This record gives sequence, C-alpha cells and structure tokens, in this order.
Amino acid sequence: MGLIQIGRHEKDGQSDVIVTTLERAVNWARKGSLWPMTFGLACCAIEMIAAVSSRYDMDRYGAGVFRASPRQSDLMIVAGTVCRRMAPVIRKIYDQMPEPKYVIAMGSCATSGNIYDSYSVVQGVDRFVPVDIYVPGCPPTPEALFDGILKLQERIMQKRVFTKQPDQVKLKA
Amino acid sequence: METSHSLLQMHSLAEKIQQEFPNGFVKAVEWRGDIAVIIKREFLHDIAKYVHDDPDMDCDYMVHVSSVDWPDDEERFEVVYEVYSVRKRHRLRLKTRVPESDCIVDSLTDLWKGADFMEREVYDMMGIRFRHHPDLRRILMPDDYTEGYPLRKDFPVQGKGWRDTFEFLSEAQ
Repeated sequence: MGLIQIGRHEKDGQSDVIVTTLERAVNWARKGSLWPMTFGLACCAIEMIAAVSSRYDMDRYGAGVFRASPRQSDLMIVAGTVCRRMAPVIRKIYDQMPEPKYVIAMGSCATSGNIYDSYSVVQGVDRFVPVDIYVPGCPPTPEALFDGILKLQERIMQKRVFTKQPDQVKLKA
Repeated sequence: METSHSLLQMHSLAEKIQQEFPNGFVKAVEWRGDIAVIIKREFLHDIAKYVHDDPDMDCDYMVHVSSVDWPDDEERFEVVYEVYSVRKRHRLRLKTRVPESDCIVDSLTDLWKGADFMEREVYDMMGIRFRHHPDLRRILMPDDYTEGYPLRKDFPVQGKGWRDTFEFLSEAQ
C-alpha cells in the first residue's frame, strides 16, 4: 500500500493528499532535523546537556543528534563565554560546517560578553560569526533554549530555498 | 587544640629561618592561622633550598606561586611562594619584593619541578622574570601577545584592543 493515496483513506475517510510548495516541504524537512554540534564553553553547556537529557528531551524538536564533527552538523550552539583565544577556533569550526547552517548564541556571554568586560573576553560572538538566534539568560534554562530552537525553526520555514534570499538580491542601480 | 599546635610549629619554622639567615629575614607575619615569612630577594633561593632540604622543614610540595602588584610601593611587585610538607603537615609562605626597574627573581624550578608552569603564569600575567627558568614563555596568553602584562594594576581592564581585532576575518575574505 502506498503512502499517498488518491482519494479517501479507507479507515476514517480523510484525504491523504497534502498540497504544498516544494520550498515549504524542503524547509519542513530541514527544520525537523537540526543536527547541533557538541560545543560547550562554560556553564551554559551544562544547561544544554540537561536539555538533551531524557527529562527535557530536545529530540522532540528533531534537534537531539549532537555530532562531534562540524562537517556532520548544521546548527552551532555557542554555549558559554567566548575568550579571544578561542575566537579563531570557533570561526574555523563555523567555516567547516556545510550549508545551510545556523548559529544560536546561548546565554548572555555568547551574546554580549556579560559581566566579563575584560581584555580576554570577546564581547559577543556576533563579532566574528553571523548569529541567527540570541537566547538570553545566565545560564538560560532548557526551556529557554527550546524557545530559541522553536524560533529558529520558524525562521527556517521563512527561508528561500531555490531563489536568493531577499537580502542577497542586488538591485540594478 | 590541634590548630594552635600547628601554629606553634609554624612559628618555630619562622624562627629557624630567622636564626639561619639573619641577613635575609625581614619579618614573619601571621594572618588567620597562616605564617608568611618575608625575605630579601637575594636570599630567596638559599632560603628556599633550606626549606626544601632541612629535615625539620622538609617542605617537599610547592602549593602555588603567585604575585601581587602594589603600585604605590617603591618595590612594586611581590612574589609569593607557598610550600607544604606532606610528611610533617605544615605549610609556609615565602614572600619577597621586586622593584619594577629590575623585575627578576631566582627561579625555584630546580628545587620544585611543579613551580615551572606557575612561574610561567606569573611571568605571563605580571611580567616578573625568573632567572635560570628552563622555559620562560607565556602560558595563558598567545606567544605573540603584545599588549603587556594584564594583571598589572596600570593595565586597562578592557585591554588595548586585542579582544576586538579578528585578523582571521580579513584573511578569509
């Protein structure tokens, strides 16, 4: 028996056919299989680990397959204080991730440096990698991280797949 | 009480140092149950060797090496060694002053191997050099760091621009 039947389902009589655009179907597949990278820098990583564990279960959103390699992942959760010496490493990891890729700045430190207004701490990870979602908190609870992931999924659904993003289109002068 | 007993024991250690090195001994200070012996810089290595080798002292464990910046004092920096005897269970703190113009003390790595990395950290953060140290390089900051010594009181907290310069970004473009 095929998955898609033309006509009515034999049990409840509901239609099996969904009409959508290919772009929405691709985005739906992308948002449902975010593969984050194992990447903890400080105390935020503890909350990120808690978010993956069975009590909170990040797998519900399709974002539970943490990979140890940037080449197998498409979501980078920067969880923790970013020291200046770590910055080139993070940029290299980001460059190694395949497209399409997304970045979540988790916690105040990755967002703005937090209280660490010091010579060695980068004042926000957005100084050297593009950030999609900022999650506030010190550290954010697993629920807050889930909120960030759900917001990211909403964002992914709005992306253009087969045409250029609106901000990439160059207008003729 | 055991604490007062060990305190008496430590007082006798300070007195022994005073008898053995009347020229190198400056004074002994007790603070919250710890004895600190303040000594002259020229005698640091001799006194440390005595503390390490003498059977009554028997301080075989280097707990930590640190440094203090007193910007208003004539002899600006203070190097603090804390040593401990594992067998006799007593500890002793050796302090010596260094002027800014001649910022160097004798290394104690020949007596305690564990002093190696801690002396490097003092050199990295405070700029105090250690004579006869086997490998005196920066340990926390990058080898090519040029902004000076971050833990000195006259160093700006935000640094001098290193935390906001990302040279790897211009290389990629």
